Amino acid sequence: MTATLTGRKPLIGTPIDRVDGRLKVTGQAQYTADMPVEHVAYAAIVTSTIAHGTIRSIDTSAAAEIHGVLKIFTHENSPRFTQPEADFMKALVPAQTFMPLQGPDVVHYGQQIAIVVAETFEAARAAAARVRVTYDLSPALLTLDDPKAARTKPEEFFGSALQTERGNVERHLASAAATVDELYTTPTQFHNPMEPHATLAQWNGDKLTVHEPSQWVKGLQNYVATVFGIPVEDVHIISPFVGGGFGNKGFSFAHTIFAAMAARELKRPVKLVLTRTQLFEQTGNRPRTEQHVRIGADKDGRLVAIDHASTIGTSVAGWFVEPSGRISPMLYSCPNVRISHEAVWLNTPAPGPMRAPGETPGTFALESALDELATKLGIDPIELRVKNDASQDEEEKLPFSSRHLVECLQLGAKRFGWEDRPRNPRERREHNEFIGFGVASATFPGLRSPASARVRRDKESFLIEVATHDIGTGMYSIIAQVAADALGVGVERIEVRIGDSALPAAPVAGGSMSTASVMPAVQAACLKLRESGGNEAEASSAPGDEQGRYSFHSFGAQFVEIRVDETLGRVRVARALGVFDCGKIINPKTARSQFLGGMVFGIGMALMEDGVFDKRSGRVVTDNLADYRIPVNADIGEIDAITVEHPDFLLNPIGARGVGEIGTTGVAAAIANAVYNATGKRIRTLPITPDKLL
Amino acid sequence: MQAFELLQPTDTREALKLIAETKGAAVIAGGTNIVDLMKCGVASPSTLVDITRLPLNSIESNAKRIRLGALASNSDVAYHSGVVEHFPMLSQAFLAGASPQLRNMATVGGNVLQRTRCPYFRDPAAACNKRHEGDGCDAFEGLHRMHAILGTSDACIATHPSDAAVALVALDAILEIHGPSGARRISLEEFYALPGETPSIENDLKPDELIAAIEIPLGRAHRHSTYLKVRDRASYEFALVSVAAGLDFDGDRIGAARIALGGVGTIPWRVRGAEEALVGTTGDSAFKDAADIALKHAVPRRDNAFKVELAKRAIVRALETVRLGQ
Repeated sequence: MTATLTGRKPLIGTPIDRVDGRLKVTGQAQYTADMPVEHVAYAAIVTSTIAHGTIRSIDTSAAAEIHGVLKIFTHENSPRFTQPEADFMKALVPAQTFMPLQGPDVVHYGQQIAIVVAETFEAARAAAARVRVTYDLSPALLTLDDPKAARTKPEEFFGSALQTERGNVERHLASAAATVDELYTTPTQFHNPMEPHATLAQWNGDKLTVHEPSQWVKGLQNYVATVFGIPVEDVHIISPFVGGGFGNKGFSFAHTIFAAMAARELKRPVKLVLTRTQLFEQTGNRPRTEQHVRIGADKDGRLVAIDHASTIGTSVAGWFVEPSGRISPMLYSCPNVRISHEAVWLNTPAPGPMRAPGETPGTFALESALDELATKLGIDPIELRVKNDASQDEEEKLPFSSRHLVECLQLGAKRFGWEDRPRNPRERREHNEFIGFGVASATFPGLRSPASARVRRDKESFLIEVATHDIGTGMYSIIAQVAADALGVGVERIEVRIGDSALPAAPVAGGSMSTASVMPAVQAACLKLRESGGNEAEASSAPGDEQGRYSFHSFGAQFVEIRVDETLGRVRVARALGVFDCGKIINPKTARSQFLGGMVFGIGMALMEDGVFDKRSGRVVTDNLADYRIPVNADIGEIDAITVEHPDFLLNPIGARGVGEIGTTGVAAAIANAVYNATGKRIRTLPITPDKLL
Repeated sequence: MQAFELLQPTDTREALKLIAETKGAAVIAGGTNIVDLMKCGVASPSTLVDITRLPLNSIESNAKRIRLGALASNSDVAYHSGVVEHFPMLSQAFLAGASPQLRNMATVGGNVLQRTRCPYFRDPAAACNKRHEGDGCDAFEGLHRMHAILGTSDACIATHPSDAAVALVALDAILEIHGPSGARRISLEEFYALPGETPSIENDLKPDELIAAIEIPLGRAHRHSTYLKVRDRASYEFALVSVAAGLDFDGDRIGAARIALGGVGTIPWRVRGAEEALVGTTGDSAFKDAADIALKHAVPRRDNAFKVELAKRAIVRALETVRLGQ
């Protein structure tokens, strides 16, 4: 399908090195906080130390005494802003419904209550620490079981229904030959990209330029323009390099507004970099889930009913609800399925999307339950999954464009040596360690959105421009590959410009949709240029009526071998293998990095990540990288990811689906299942820390 | 962080004079702890006296002891051939702590003075008797999974975070402390103060004194030793429970034993009663008895009750490991 010069090996499908790799390893890639700007002022955020109440007094006099302080914005002197309503179709998605700094109200711990601006970073930070605040406290709602917290049943998550039932779940559960009825819990998680959120805002008359690491420059542009009430074209978002995001740089945050506000009031550029603690407090989280899963099967292991009821924490400051039950209606064939989601509205920081929202906690619950069912039935966990493979999306009643879950499971089983697994818990032991094998399915939707791209010829080279993003994913490289193939030139003749709101439109770097959305536009623009023989071409590409005729999903299988030193409660992931079905892989090297990174993310979730809010103050007690643990290199054993390549030309002309999120799904369940296989202990509350295994 | 003045003396007498005479002064060496505390607002010294130019970084050994200059880095000590040979538990303890970058900066003198990682101590908005006596303690009702079960008081349950100090108290280490009236020596074990009613007093170091060196005597139970650390991730992580253990076998009988615990005590926790219980035994069931003795006075709370059993098991495992290596 891809156009190349006759006889030339296509670059699509080739594991080329990252085209931006040299810039990054030599420190030449300039991230927002690195941007040198003359006459810049530095802003620092002061945060609330209560979860709910009102500010009685805010004393900035000691702070103002710090040499170099220019201005301190509080709710008493800050310009007024209104938080726009989230509307994904309009590419306008504030992460919160609450706009801080507009009044004395405090709705969560760590909320922005003042912005200090100073001549130096050091003065801003020193002054921020000297702002004295007194509060009138109100009772704070902090736990899922608080009877005073409001509870709602949200209808949908970006168009997907959250309360559904087909068939008769109760009747078939009651008559099932084997059932599992358990509660699975996942803790609050935090994204923790390496690069903190940062804004550099600069006004030129009525026009505003914002440097900010962003997963959605068009979304941020719309947000900033809407809040300031200025034309969209007067806001320019620049975000060439993003030091990781995992979802928390997708939606729009108020800190961008506050930096721009300060820049406007002080009539000079303002740079604001969030602290690590403020990332925990202000840039979203994956909320805690409690998932009550009931599944039933007949004696042959055919699923007869699934009930997946989720209780999820959300925030009175926000709107996001983790759709953890979304996988249950489509992952397997089952005539009777019910999902429900109950949101509990708390005085905690607003949650948001984090690497495979819904699928990540949801697969932990469902894939753990399936393993429990396999044990009860005495069926091999892979055989159980194969037996229940779905020939169509039974919720949408549409055929899958491409579904190769069984191939992933079977290929993985062969590569991993599944045949050699311990058949029963506590069966295999080496020295002080029990050995366990675990498997789980992985899944993520195959999304695609409209996108445009422009190509310009400049002598011997070609410049490709799209308002898409490289958040460490490899986007620069795969655009160069697709463009090079379409233009029939080598990749060294392609230059790529992305991460800029002034460029042709592209969707959020979220939902694993960038590759599937942007590559067709890049390819179309390049082919157009070749055909026209001109120096510039622009093309758009959008999904068509195939969207109503097929169901698009990626699939995968996660295998782990773990070692458990039961005496000390230590779990080590000795081997991990992911097998993924994501359509055509454009760059096997950068795609593999995505898969492995996703799997490491899943290992962290399974074994250590645990975000804790103090039950009295509402503070994120684990608000740093020592107390909130993510894996280090020593935690990762042998790890590999492979793909089954079945190009999905029904989704787009490249045949590619995204690879960014699926790698995380299923990992926690595979590990929990392996822990059971090793020790006979079923851990249903993540993370699986030593205390739970003693 | 608040603005501060930085002084950089080059000899020890000058440094002692500066810290004695400068109001609001704090000492900085590797800076891996004090800078962190300044950033989170727990420490706000008006002056930092940088002692890294003092000639206190040598490591010397003779037939009876090894002497670590207070400014020797954690890495220097961990990889010193004499330390590796004579005090395996100490080398292992250093390497079990922090990350290579931090170990290259941190000094042994600073290591024994490390402040707790209690999240309520580190948060100026929380109540903490260690920061302000009488304010109360938010850890009692808050998250205290990492907190101490030994040596606690009604005022404080914060854990001493050091790995190396656990090995050092097991090894009978002696501090050499310099002050205005000269040098004095004190065993590290005696140096530490239990929180009691005054958790802000953590040790015997006076505001006008500096640790100059740490001396460790050689011994067979020091040489036959190990450090076991149980933690939530494989590296760059504080201990849930750690054990520094050494055994000297006289034939098949234990002649001398060294056991100290980390992650469970408000100070590095030497358990002499458990050591004595091992002497004269062949190990085996005595290891379990020793572990029970070591944890006999543990006061667990809601989130850290698991540490009692975990510590007992870790003690037995560490002793078994040492015996295997004999």
